[in-house]
Amino acid sequence: MSVRVEKVDLPGIGTRHDVITKKGRRIGVVSHRSGERELALFGVEDPDEAIDSIALTDDEAAALADVLGASLMLGQLAGIREQAAGLFTEQLLISAGSPYAGEVLGATKARTRTHTSIVAIVRGADVIPSPTPDSPLQAGDTIIAVGTRPGLDALARVLTDG
Amino acid sequence: MHDAALLLIEVGAVLLGLSLLSRFADKIGISAIPLYLIAGLAFGVGGFAPLDAGNEFFRFGSELGVILLLAMLGLEYSPTELITSLKRSRLAGILDAVLNALPGAACALILGWGPIAAVALAGITWVSSSGVIAKVLRDLRRLGNRETPTILSILVIEDLAMAFYLPVLSALVIGAGFLAGATALVVAVLVVVVILYVALRHGKVISRLFAAHHPESLLLGVLGLTMLVAGVAQQVNVSAAVGAFLVGIALSGRVAHNSQQLLAPLRDLFAAVFFVFFGLSTEPASILPVLLPAAILAVVTIATKTLTGYRAAAAAGIGIPGRWRTGFALTPRGEFSIVIAGLAAGSGIEPRLAPLATAYVLLTVVAGPLLARMTDTAWFRRLLAARGTRAATIAQSVDGH
Repeated sequence: MSVRVEKVDLPGIGTRHDVITKKGRRIGVVSHRSGERELALFGVEDPDEAIDSIALTDDEAAALADVLGASLMLGQLAGIREQAAGLFTEQLLISAGSPYAGEVLGATKARTRTHTSIVAIVRGADVIPSPTPDSPLQAGDTIIAVGTRPGLDALARVLTDG
Repeated sequence: MHDAALLLIEVGAVLLGLSLLSRFADKIGISAIPLYLIAGLAFGVGGFAPLDAGNEFFRFGSELGVILLLAMLGLEYSPTELITSLKRSRLAGILDAVLNALPGAACALILGWGPIAAVALAGITWVSSSGVIAKVLRDLRRLGNRETPTILSILVIEDLAMAFYLPVLSALVIGAGFLAGATALVVAVLVVVVILYVALRHGKVISRLFAAHHPESLLLGVLGLTMLVAGVAQQVNVSAAVGAFLVGIALSGRVAHNSQQLLAPLRDLFAAVFFVFFGLSTEPASILPVLLPAAILAVVTIATKTLTGYRAAAAAGIGIPGRWRTGFALTPRGEFSIVIAGLAAGSGIEPRLAPLATAYVLLTVVAGPLLARMTDTAWFRRLLAARGTRAATIAQSVDGH
């Protein structure tokens, strides 16, 4: 069960991540570079138009993520972000098309290639904290990584394109 | 009265007035730029209350306003975003340039203003206002929309294209001829490529000159570097504005982010001064004779801009309502058109250019956001839906036969 997640750059503003549900509905998260976040809901008649958008503070976004079943760990990681400027945490999805779906974590060589640290793998309701290089990766897994902005962007490319 | 006292009174009164205008513009949901221009017209040569002591302040302030507008634009985009947009929306950018610059050039030639004015007017009609459009997208809560990246990419390309266009225009307006224009273009291309390369590969080196967490030194340092580079660029005829833009691009990371916040209030102040000064130096009476060409040009280039956006969105796989939203959102012209007009008017190539640009910007900057809102109205949606069903019926009947 892989979920389609699209990432789009918004030059001058930030990025937008879209999750597309099985029934074809689209939910977007606009991450402003200034740190603000917006949750955008897309219409049925016009799939390109955000029919409503809700601005979220850091805490509200974290709360929403918690409610949606993401691990408690994210809340703790949010603390790291405040302590170390320039360091970010990000969730990255292993799509079915990823060359590393079915491989072990070590195969990505993420640490040497992108200088990011993969701190956990979320699989369904399970969380694998501090995964080792031989931890397996599956399509649909979410990776939680800590790193600099360019590092995380590089990691996202590595995970999709190899 | 003492000169300094008079200066303070005049500038103070104008700024106070602008603050009210800006608040009013916000209240009725439009950009403050047209109101600033009108205020400038009212206080300028031939206006109802000409300024006198404040003129020097407004002259220098407006130079600084242009530099800050461009520097902030450069800070806003990361080198990666510039490169990605360039790769992804190159075709849309070319279409945009051709469709929107040609009407301007044609208009200047028809009016018999000569080739240099044609180059200037081409730029005026080509470039959309990133500032106004970003505000419209925010106000209409469209940042999440799927067509928004297309809109932003076109704006990025236009802004980057200015780095090549402005040096050429600067060389042309000082009467250096087309050969000097070509040289300026080559120099600009080389400089931009080098700056982009350095910013991409060694962005940290330049940013390391500044302490990101020391606001005072960061503000002075970035402002100083921007003015210094702008001045040097001006000296070698590559246009001060482009120098400032490149400084903005060269800075990255936290330094860029923090200086953006520090420079924003300065930009707001001096950009307002710039628009007022432009209005100040335009005689209100000179607008009337060019009102008709300006209106025709506005109608034509709003149509061509809408077509540009429509096609770009279609190429990006956006549905029909989204294509119209893209097209209309791109129609306002603003700060850049005035920057170009200011550059051309300053050298006196054509006295009617500045009034025409003023009227043109006033028209598009007011009509554009209204058009952008129109796509959200019920009747426009009904219109599209009706067209959609009709098209479907036609397609069906064609299939049937």
